[in-house]
Amino acid sequence: MSAVHDLAIIGAGPAGMAAAVMAAELRLSTVVLDEQPEPGGQIYRGIERLAATRSRHLELLGPDYALGLELTRAFRASSIEYLSGTQVWQVEPAGRIFYRRNDVAGILQAKKILIAPGAMERPMPVPGWTLPGVLTCGAGQTVLKANGLAPKGRFVLAGCGPLLLLLAAQLTRCGIKPTAILQTTFNRWAAAPHLLGFLGAPGYLIKGLGLLRELKAAGIPIHNVSRFAIKGDTQARAVEFVCNGAARTIEVDTVFLHQGVVPNSNLAWSLNLDHRWDDVQRCYHPKLDAWGRASNAAVLVAGDAGGIVGAKGAEFMGLIAAAAAAVDLGKVGAEQAEERTRDAKTALNKQRAARPFLDHLYRPEQRWIAPPEPDTIVCRCEEVRAGEIRRLVTEQNCPGPNQLKSFVRCGMGPCQGRLCGLTAVEMIAESRGVPVSEVGYYRIRPPIKPVTIGDLATLDVPERSDAVHM
Amino acid sequence: MADFDAIVIGGGLVGTAVAYGIARLGRRPVLLDEGDIAHRASRGNFGLVWVQSKGIGVPEYQRWTRQSSDTWADFSKELLEETGIGTGHERPGGVTICLSEEELDKRRRLMEQLHIEAGETNFDYEILRHAELKKMLPAIGPDVVGASYTRYDGHANPLFTMRALHAALLKHGGTYVPNARVESIQAAPNHFVINAGGQSFAAPRLVLGAGLGNKALGEMVGLDVPVRPVRGQIIVTERLQPVLPIPTLMMRQTVEGTIMIGESREESGFDDTTSPEVIHTLAQRAVKSFPFLKNVRIVRTWGALRVMAPDGLPIYEQSSEFPGAFVCTCHSGVTLAASHARYYAQYVMDGALPAELARFSTKRFDVRAAA
Amino acid sequence: MFALLPDNPSERITVHVDGNTVGVPPGFTAAAAMLLHGASSTRTTPVTGEPRAPYCMMGVCFECLMQIDGEPNQQGCLVTVVEGMRIERQLGKCKVDE
Repeated sequence: MSAVHDLAIIGAGPAGMAAAVMAAELRLSTVVLDEQPEPGGQIYRGIERLAATRSRHLELLGPDYALGLELTRAFRASSIEYLSGTQVWQVEPAGRIFYRRNDVAGILQAKKILIAPGAMERPMPVPGWTLPGVLTCGAGQTVLKANGLAPKGRFVLAGCGPLLLLLAAQLTRCGIKPTAILQTTFNRWAAAPHLLGFLGAPGYLIKGLGLLRELKAAGIPIHNVSRFAIKGDTQARAVEFVCNGAARTIEVDTVFLHQGVVPNSNLAWSLNLDHRWDDVQRCYHPKLDAWGRASNAAVLVAGDAGGIVGAKGAEFMGLIAAAAAAVDLGKVGAEQAEERTRDAKTALNKQRAARPFLDHLYRPEQRWIAPPEPDTIVCRCEEVRAGEIRRLVTEQNCPGPNQLKSFVRCGMGPCQGRLCGLTAVEMIAESRGVPVSEVGYYRIRPPIKPVTIGDLATLDVPERSDAVHM
Repeated sequence: MADFDAIVIGGGLVGTAVAYGIARLGRRPVLLDEGDIAHRASRGNFGLVWVQSKGIGVPEYQRWTRQSSDTWADFSKELLEETGIGTGHERPGGVTICLSEEELDKRRRLMEQLHIEAGETNFDYEILRHAELKKMLPAIGPDVVGASYTRYDGHANPLFTMRALHAALLKHGGTYVPNARVESIQAAPNHFVINAGGQSFAAPRLVLGAGLGNKALGEMVGLDVPVRPVRGQIIVTERLQPVLPIPTLMMRQTVEGTIMIGESREESGFDDTTSPEVIHTLAQRAVKSFPFLKNVRIVRTWGALRVMAPDGLPIYEQSSEFPGAFVCTCHSGVTLAASHARYYAQYVMDGALPAELARFSTKRFDVRAAA
Repeated sequence: MFALLPDNPSERITVHVDGNTVGVPPGFTAAAAMLLHGASSTRTTPVTGEPRAPYCMMGVCFECLMQIDGEPNQQGCLVTVVEGMRIERQLGKCKVDE
């Protein structure tokens, strides 16, 4: 095994990249492990190649995306070891990181581990959401940014949140017009008290209004819907919805779903970090101090994985957490760290202050969180439906997600609960009539990404023939 | 205060099987369980319904195990009829694979000893060499020297079994109370009041089926239950097309197609996390026996804590200080589920354990201490 | 169900999608190649055999499991195409070569 790094950063989105740049400045020996083939995470996906080969699209995607380019260049220029195409499958807080790269399993060691795996789309379990032709808005954006791919034929975007409007606008600018946008949530009144904080963060409001204007000008219908289902037998063919009390159907070839993003949390759970339930964002956050230190002394968390803060917020968190790691390793004094992070902390607070408005505005209503239709699939991998989950709680007193998992395999598939976990805990809480925080979450164990038996058999660790009869 | 015919503490395979058995007799049990996250050995159970390695030098255990295995198919059918939930039980026989001549020889001697000790019960076995084993298990690799085989072995899905038992318990009018950790027990002969989860329960019969929790609970009712945790780590693969027609001691393919790999033992206290070193060693042995596993992906690993008595045997006893209080503990919750439901439950309600279970009383530990 | 926007570079990498020889721009993942050239469904589930296709394109949903160069159950959205890559649908449970 190779030398022990000062810092291992998992993830190369804005948080990971900003952390790496700071860590290099503070002279920490740093390694960055990134699942993607190029830096940028999800928000700046494919940005280097895009800038190099399709710069016209760069303009169409908007100024926020272009900002990522600067950060990516700084990341590439910093003296850190960058391992792309690397899936981390286990992290021990004691310092070992197990990964897979180029079909070979490896281990490396670090004194501090900064996890920045970012966010993923909140699951949106509606009838028909597992049909081919249904993707997340994030997926739509990814193939647009990274591959210049756009949907053929008729398509709708359904759900709520800024990304819905942004993707619609980006596609429209490319000449690909959505057939309609179907909005499921818009909590104008709940959001209003938080407007001041929102206005404090430059640009958001203007951007949001700008997108709406753009879409209206392009003649794209935006409907507020109270019911929504995707129809089709072997692929998505149509969407049915209720708008202003009237039922309507639109034929489609593709559907993009989105109702916000949530922390991509399996890595944090597998480390047994303490979490708390955030009822506004309706997801679990790891408990962190002001610098991003988690409940385990060797681990820090930065970016959306610590709670949704957005791309700029993620950058600031990364920078701050790297500074904290440096202090903890004795590489820099506390005062110096304070100074270097002061501006970032102020800027981060501004970003954080802007969140509640958006979080409230787009906080999905209960029916989009806990599907009322019994046939709606909740666990996509194991095909467990909403009705079965409710029955287990109401008829068999199932108290929590781990019992649920053991009884009906909900959460036992390859995605390890990423797409069903939040739905399951919300449904159990609703059926039991208790807060979600009382219900808990799945117990997440390694490997958090696939690894083969062959990989495990050839792992460079001592054999335990005392424990296993060989 | 709620009155029942029996209180069973522990919602795992052991407790639920006994509670179901009591309900099946037409009596009213209440099953008290902890919360969603607890030690829960049952969730980590491998799923073997295994006879061939049990009870060396202890013919009573061999017989008790064999009886349970023989009734398992019936037990499973009954659960299916009552709840519509299949346990996934199959009894194609089982093998214990040996990777050296020395191992095979040792295995043969063990099987022979079991055969002799079985006496009238008649324990039949075969020692298979590579070529014959390959007909049974085509996927074995060249390093496999041979195996022991008996037709008494099989496997089931422990989680489906749990679910079926839970459903059957409720169907027969039993009560299940989760989030009900026991706070106190007021014990008197054939009268027990349990305070758990902010409620009170009373019954003339009490069964401790709480695994590792039995030690502390036992002290409250005059039962010495010296159990300790022994960790086992397990690997689960992605779903595969059928490739293992019969289970082996260290590996079996489930009804869903996943392959479970296990059989490690460690004294690690109450730590049920997995360790890369043990997982690595399990994987090594697995690949050696079945080379096709090299390119198979794993979906999950876990560690679970076996409930182990000093001699590895079950502990069955009625408290002499507080008659009516019973302990029921073992590390083979799946294998013995049938007998726990069908027989142990009856003994509890009868208020007496039969002579054949005397071997499993905790008094055996006193004898050892005295000797 | 997807098409390339104009202004895409003209360079193409040759891959085989479900037996068809096609070209995709460099930097495509196997899943993106399927979206461009494949049928509507890219796999059938090992549970009930129902048809599925990529959903998240970022490695968390595991819907994009496909066979790549003969290896089953690969997350297609995390594999970048190389010249000659064979990309096929994953039908049900993995087969095992003994």
